[in-house]
Amino acid sequence: MSAAVRHAPPPLIAPGEDATSISTNISYITLQRPFGLLWLGGLAVAALLAMLLTVGICWLLYAGVGIWGLNIPVAWSFAIANYVWWIAIGMGGTFISGAMYIARQEWRNSINRFAEAMTVFAVSVSGIFPILHLGRPWFFYWLFPYPDVMNLWPQWRSSLEWDFWAILAYLIVSIVWWYVGMLPDLATLRDRAPTIVRARFYGLLALGWRGEARHWMRFEKLNLIIASLAVVLVFSVHSMVALDFSEGLVPGWHETIFPPFFVAGALFSGFGMVLTLAIPLRKWFHLHAYLTDRHVENIAKLMLTAGLFVDYSYFSEVFTAFFSMDKYDVAMTWHRIFGAYAWVFWGTILFNVVQIQLLWFPRVRRNAAAVFVIAVGVLIGMWLERFMLIVTSLYEDFMPSAWGMFWPTFWDLAFLAGSIGLFYFLFLLFVRLMPVLSMFELRKLAQPAGRVEVGRVLTRRASGAGLDPPGGAA
Amino acid sequence: MSESESRIVGLLAEFAQAEQLRAGAQHAHDDGYTVIEAYSPMPVEGLAQIVHTRGTRMPFWMLLGAIGGGGFTYWLEWYSAAVAYPINVGGRPPFSWPAFIPPALEMTILWAVLLGVAALLVGSRLPMLHHPLFEIPAFERASSDRFFLLLRAEDPHFDAQRTHAFLAALSPLTISEVRE
Repeated sequence: MSAAVRHAPPPLIAPGEDATSISTNISYITLQRPFGLLWLGGLAVAALLAMLLTVGICWLLYAGVGIWGLNIPVAWSFAIANYVWWIAIGMGGTFISGAMYIARQEWRNSINRFAEAMTVFAVSVSGIFPILHLGRPWFFYWLFPYPDVMNLWPQWRSSLEWDFWAILAYLIVSIVWWYVGMLPDLATLRDRAPTIVRARFYGLLALGWRGEARHWMRFEKLNLIIASLAVVLVFSVHSMVALDFSEGLVPGWHETIFPPFFVAGALFSGFGMVLTLAIPLRKWFHLHAYLTDRHVENIAKLMLTAGLFVDYSYFSEVFTAFFSMDKYDVAMTWHRIFGAYAWVFWGTILFNVVQIQLLWFPRVRRNAAAVFVIAVGVLIGMWLERFMLIVTSLYEDFMPSAWGMFWPTFWDLAFLAGSIGLFYFLFLLFVRLMPVLSMFELRKLAQPAGRVEVGRVLTRRASGAGLDPPGGAA
Repeated sequence: MSESESRIVGLLAEFAQAEQLRAGAQHAHDDGYTVIEAYSPMPVEGLAQIVHTRGTRMPFWMLLGAIGGGGFTYWLEWYSAAVAYPINVGGRPPFSWPAFIPPALEMTILWAVLLGVAALLVGSRLPMLHHPLFEIPAFERASSDRFFLLLRAEDPHFDAQRTHAFLAALSPLTISEVRE
């Protein structure tokens, strides 16, 4: 028995937390907490970067995609690297909300709300790039089938067209699910709002949610089904992104491993971004009671697992190139590892393969600062990987006479920085305007009677969280 | 509208624990009440089954959305590529059926989700921005940490005095009269 107790994981929320304290503490962040210089400063920086992006977009609409450094042979470069990087980050949030809900990983209740917000903002930011990259972005709606006067229809066989449908579905589903999942918490904010203006604001958003038993029944059923569909969505959407590459004949792209490889990379960077957001959020808003070290450790473990899948894919790519003895594949691999962009390859290896091995050590996983640094490294590494896959496949492909280098321009860097600014701008607004943690799901964890758990040992009550024992009434 | 003119909607009992609400709802059900509403700040296991035995048709609507969304997209792909404007791309057949699956798959998921959300809102009669319950000051905590049992006046078993006594026997924190 004593061994079992020693190995019982620590509770998911701090002892002594109940429905009252959860509602008070989380809605305090939204309704009462003063803004604070850190938040205002962060918002100002993020807003400036977002403005830079806006200026960049206006300049691009006027002058064309030539303001970027892309050209033949490297026609994709930063725009598509940014796009893939951002949409991949979104996948982590959906995976936490969907797959971990079905798997009854209850610790996700503390992270899923801001992880979903992260998804919504990351996918929104990502969608900007492929549209601008079209060259004539104002005709992007040609991707949509409608009976136009030119009698033209989309090219359904193209993975770029599939991608359009994937992003469209993913964006709408993410937003809708995030919003519907927030209804009960918006109702809490409505009922606790200190002023009539804010009560009306949250009242309108909450749509009159009252928490009636039948409403909860439908709500839970909807969540369960969407969670199942969201898993399919995560895997299919990022597979489509990967097919953008593998449908092409370029060496380094034309590989069957791409869809699973990209999905693993997406979850890897998604967990990286969740950690990058969760650790400062916990510190600044004093959320240690809900985002415990166990949460950080669990996400770190997931990040390591996804990272190992990514690492295997790197190995497999190189191995397959040499094993195939295809001279273009071999040459591409050689150029990737030792060519002009070798530093990108070795940077990727450093960030995505080497440094994450530190997460094998429990002492590192339990050190939030160390995990934060590793997670930021993962985000950098995954951006480098996208850049590597795109540029080193294109710059020296089949014909040496058509080889050429890619150099980023000021606007390439401005769009990357601006997209990060826009993401943080939206996220910083979210943390002050919307319930940053899912209150109703945390209340479920603090419920004295606990939920009926099928086929699972209840460990979270082991510490006797200072709550009333279940009443005798049955 | 003055107090005497307004119609009584029901009697509302407030509890501190989910278990008390569940037990209260069960008692009310056993006592013969048929129009019972139970409000809680988080889902309470089994409560919906006590107050309402009929399930929800939401999965059916979601299936319909899935079949409709996916089926229509797939049909549109066939129609546009094979009928409206067939075009020879590298000798591939106009109806390249495997290549048409991905957009149809995404639309399957999208429309299942959209119809599911519609079923949630329509089934729950939302949005409803005002409700007589919002007039009850104690009800503000229904979204935070209190549990409420509402026995509605349209229930044939409802009798203002007898129901009040019934609720009082459940030893709630408060009992309020909800008026239109």
